[in-house]
Amino acid sequence: MLKIGETEFDEIRRHGEETYPHECCGVLLGQMEGDVRSVTSITRCGNTRTDSPQNRYQIDPRELVRIQREGREGGEDIVGFYHSHPDHPARWSQTDLAEAHWFGCSYVITSVEKGKAAITNSFELTGSDEGDKKLADEKIEVVQVET
Amino acid sequence: MTKINIPTPLRQYAGKLPTVEVKAGTVAEALSGLVSQHPDLRRHLYTDDGKLRSFVNVYLNDEDVRYLQKEATAVKDSDTISIVPSIAGGW
Repeated sequence: MLKIGETEFDEIRRHGEETYPHECCGVLLGQMEGDVRSVTSITRCGNTRTDSPQNRYQIDPRELVRIQREGREGGEDIVGFYHSHPDHPARWSQTDLAEAHWFGCSYVITSVEKGKAAITNSFELTGSDEGDKKLADEKIEVVQVET
Repeated sequence: MTKINIPTPLRQYAGKLPTVEVKAGTVAEALSGLVSQHPDLRRHLYTDDGKLRSFVNVYLNDEDVRYLQKEATAVKDSDTISIVPSIAGGW
């Protein structure tokens, strides 16, 4: 399960609207607590797939190295990633599965329809290696901000 | 000792450690030291014919070793190696 604050959840969706009609992408930071990934912050990333940004994304590994380092300094680990599907369902594609390598992490996908964030789903990369990996549906628990 | 940062998905194969320290003169020696300490990591980092998997990025501090001297790149005790599987996709 993915546990995420309302602020971070809304930020992911807003990012997808801002980059529409291109895909957005970013990193989820937090803690792994058994089967629960608790997000404490998110980091926006640039999409390096400038050749086809409307249906592809890639995060610069150099950015990931920096995010991983800064996260660790603040007691956070990388627990997942997010990206958007402009005018396409919030379901994982064969490309998403083929390019997914962070086992035990969450892959969050938001469909953005005509510039407006629609559905947000999350999938856990399960399996033990490249041969048996799957993106499994997982529940998102959005934690309301206390006022 | 050179520090190697282990990404979250691979820690289960590295004694749940976020960082492993190795004594090495090159990136290849560092990675070899890592898989000697934690043999279960090998199949996740290397193909059956011993090549680093294409989606496994290895950074020496902030530089991709592919743009240095690859696995022959020299390392010092003060260096940090990061293993970062790639992130990509799309519909």
